[in-house]
Amino acid sequence: MSRAIAILFQTLLAAGLAPLVGGFIRWVKARLNGRRGAPPWQPYYDIQKLLGKEAVVSRTASWIFRATPFVVFSTSLVVASFVPLVAAPAGRFIAGDLFAAVYLLLLGTFFLALAGLDTGSPFGGMGASREMTVVALTEPTVALSIVALALNAGSTSFSQIVSRTLAEPAAALGPGHLLAFAALFIVTLAETGRLPVDNPATHLELTMIHEAMVLEYSGPYLALVEWGASLKLFVFLALAVNLFMPWGIAVSLAPIPLAIGLVTFVVKIGVLATAIAVLETRVAKLRLFRVPELLSASFVLALLAVLSTFLAR
Amino acid sequence: MTVDRSAAFLFMIAGYVAGAIVALIAPSDRIARGATAIGAASGSVAGLVTALAVLATGDRFELVRPDMIAVAGGVAIQLDSLGALFLALVCSVGLFAAVYGFTYTADYDGRRSLRFFGLMFNAFLLGMSLVPCAANVFTFLFAWELMAVASYFLVMTEHESSDARAAGLWYAAMTHFGFVLLLPMFLIMAPAAGATAFVDLRAGASALPPAARSTVFALALAAFGSKAGVVPLHVWLPRAHPAAPSHVSALMSGVMIKLGVYGLLRVTSDFLGTGPAWWGGLVLAVGSLSALGGVLYALTENDLKRLLAYSSVENVGVIFLGIGAALVLQSYGLPALAMVGFGAALLHTVNHACFKTLLFLAAGNVLRGARTRNMEQMGGLIKGMPVTAMAFLIGSAAAAALPPLNGFASEWMVFQALLSGAQIAKPEVAIGSPLAVGVLALTSGLAAATFVKAFGISFLAMPRSDAAAAAREPHWSAWTALGAFAAATVVLGLFAPSAIAAMYRIVESVTATPRNVTGGGGIWLLSAHGVAAVSPLLIAVLVASVAFVAFASIRARGFDVRVADTWGCGRIRQTARMEYTSSAFAEPLRRIFSELYRPTEDFSVSVHPEARLIIRSITYTTRIVPWIEKALYEPVTRGARAIAASVRRLQAGSVHLYLLYIAAALMAALASAWWFE
Repeated sequence: MSRAIAILFQTLLAAGLAPLVGGFIRWVKARLNGRRGAPPWQPYYDIQKLLGKEAVVSRTASWIFRATPFVVFSTSLVVASFVPLVAAPAGRFIAGDLFAAVYLLLLGTFFLALAGLDTGSPFGGMGASREMTVVALTEPTVALSIVALALNAGSTSFSQIVSRTLAEPAAALGPGHLLAFAALFIVTLAETGRLPVDNPATHLELTMIHEAMVLEYSGPYLALVEWGASLKLFVFLALAVNLFMPWGIAVSLAPIPLAIGLVTFVVKIGVLATAIAVLETRVAKLRLFRVPELLSASFVLALLAVLSTFLAR
Repeated sequence: MTVDRSAAFLFMIAGYVAGAIVALIAPSDRIARGATAIGAASGSVAGLVTALAVLATGDRFELVRPDMIAVAGGVAIQLDSLGALFLALVCSVGLFAAVYGFTYTADYDGRRSLRFFGLMFNAFLLGMSLVPCAANVFTFLFAWELMAVASYFLVMTEHESSDARAAGLWYAAMTHFGFVLLLPMFLIMAPAAGATAFVDLRAGASALPPAARSTVFALALAAFGSKAGVVPLHVWLPRAHPAAPSHVSALMSGVMIKLGVYGLLRVTSDFLGTGPAWWGGLVLAVGSLSALGGVLYALTENDLKRLLAYSSVENVGVIFLGIGAALVLQSYGLPALAMVGFGAALLHTVNHACFKTLLFLAAGNVLRGARTRNMEQMGGLIKGMPVTAMAFLIGSAAAAALPPLNGFASEWMVFQALLSGAQIAKPEVAIGSPLAVGVLALTSGLAAATFVKAFGISFLAMPRSDAAAAAREPHWSAWTALGAFAAATVVLGLFAPSAIAAMYRIVESVTATPRNVTGGGGIWLLSAHGVAAVSPLLIAVLVASVAFVAFASIRARGFDVRVADTWGCGRIRQTARMEYTSSAFAEPLRRIFSELYRPTEDFSVSVHPEARLIIRSITYTTRIVPWIEKALYEPVTRGARAIAASVRRLQAGSVHLYLLYIAAALMAALASAWWFE
């Protein structure tokens, strides 16, 4: 019973915290640019405002277009409910493992791409085509990073990986772990539409990917799509910090470890979000046909991670 | 309840034979269609009963008639649980294909002989049903050849199109290539002349020297691989499957190529048993090549049925990845882990049969509605054909391995089988299996892109042709088949733990390894030692409930929806020409993998003769000819043509010359008779 409550709590925490991450990155970027910027909690206002507006739906669109926001939001939220955030107790307390998380997020992307095609707008088609290209190319890197982690832990389940890293802090600083982290970090940038793969700050540029795909959305539909996208970013950051640097995470469901877990989790996410903000002020967006080079570099990193994990055993 | 299995089995044969004969002598096309469907359906139901009876009890069913065609060793039928699984697949797809075909072939009324079609359709089903039941070499080869010949004529149904004729030629050549390899394979295995029963082969296989065992394995891989359509022996598949009528395509892609998988499993894991590790490595390499090659060509395909055919090549690759992982694990003495690989391969076989049949039947509806296979002329079909669209969407999501549908469950199991290979402390295995994981992940990512394209371009947005705008749902009887396979796709996904447990039972009975992997942990799909778990059912419930809560709370707040034009930067009216096309969708990936595709591009601008700046037309054509075909098959076809051309010189058309040949042949015959005496 306490586990069910813990899952519910974690899900609500993810839903509540996710918009803040995007807002925080934007705020730090503004500060680094010398602007005052919108406050970090601006996304909450945006979501609230969008929820109250009318939705404009294209004449050409079918039910796919209207169903997609719900699919995107719920798949992202369900993934957030089973990745380790604050606690990673042993035992079967979650619906899936790393592969399930990746494929469930892919389900959301699949529908979002269909919705992009559904309105018949060239922007939507362009975004859908590019998004599927990037996603397809990131899959092998994600899978190999999972293999590198699973080789150490002997399993692809979250709690196994976390407890293994906690038990052997030296392995966490080994080359296998660090390389896999680097690979997964690049994938995070690509999957969540950050620089240098996609620019989250622009609309209507021929280079855009994610924003082109969701261009036709408005009102409550847009709120759900945005919320889902911020949950996806949140999930990827949580995976990066908790699988590679799990220190501080609660391994039991007692109040004090949970409190420590919450504080360390927020701090870790904050550090990684700042890193992304700094990176985004330093790099320019890559041309679309340079993106595969970046992604194949990340694939090589992941492959090296697997090899060094094997050699280190 | 006990079922008289031999009665059911004989009823199955009787059903198919009656369907074939009555269709052949039917007085009208309509009656021929009816007889075809009724014969095939009743035969399939009887076959399904036989198969399920064997699967439920687990004990074999035997029927040996050594007196029938005794010179070839007699007819021997034996159905164990592995064969019963494939028989069940053949018969369940056959049943619904027959129902679907009754209205589908109505388009051919008066245009071509439905009598001959009915004969071949039932013969095809009979051949496919007998292959997994065969228990000696003669019966097996007879059924195998019946299946091949009958399906050749089905592919040639629309024989007035040159594409169909070319497809038939490729198909006939490749299927006989496989057949030619089967003969030496059985010959090496046969311990003594006349001992052609599978029991003898199984007993004799362990006594074979290692080199002979490896030769048998290599021949089996090539022969059954050519039927399964693995790269580079797949060339017939994307030609032949689309050329056939859609319910025949469903049978070919859904089950016929699976009989190649059946043959490989029968020979390797049943007859030969454990082999050296390179067997598994070779199967893994072939599987990786097929998975990646299949999906890459599917991605750039604009012909809906060819796209589905290439996707079958990909899925056979995934099945081979599971088998390869299992063979490697088996050779390192890890039978419990190997069972996960075999189980995953069998589960993916069943799952692919479900969703590919669904996709081909839905594509058949599209073909009838939009009158084209070219996706560039479709679009907006979801409005006129909502049921077909829903079916195609479910099939697409399953083919893209998305949870909670069945494709996800079996790919997850293949991933786990490959991951356990990384535990073996051998460098080649420890590097090879992560690479296979990477290939599988890239494949499923590309499959997602492929099926976004297939569904999005064909069914969504605005229609690109008048026929697509006017497309409507076919007769309701077509929906029964779609509904059945859509339901199977969903149920096999949600209850995958029970399905994999059933597969483990089958593997256990064939490889005779005790099952010590936890199969169906209730709702949990487990990896070999239960260290990783996923519950498709729980995921589905969670996603559905979150979506419902979100929907209900937004609905409760209330919001207005305004229907308007798609936003278009100030243009006046939106037309279908503004939409992204199928080629455009695949363009980024085509560029990225251009080394593999090597497209030929032709770009020409014609200008006004008097003013060069006035452009009359711009034409751009691009074509992708798979370079595997160019590199491997062109020399072969060129050689065959050269031989044929030189042989032609013998046939000069002069009667005197022919008389001379006859005289020479007679002399040679007499001389050799004298010599050998």
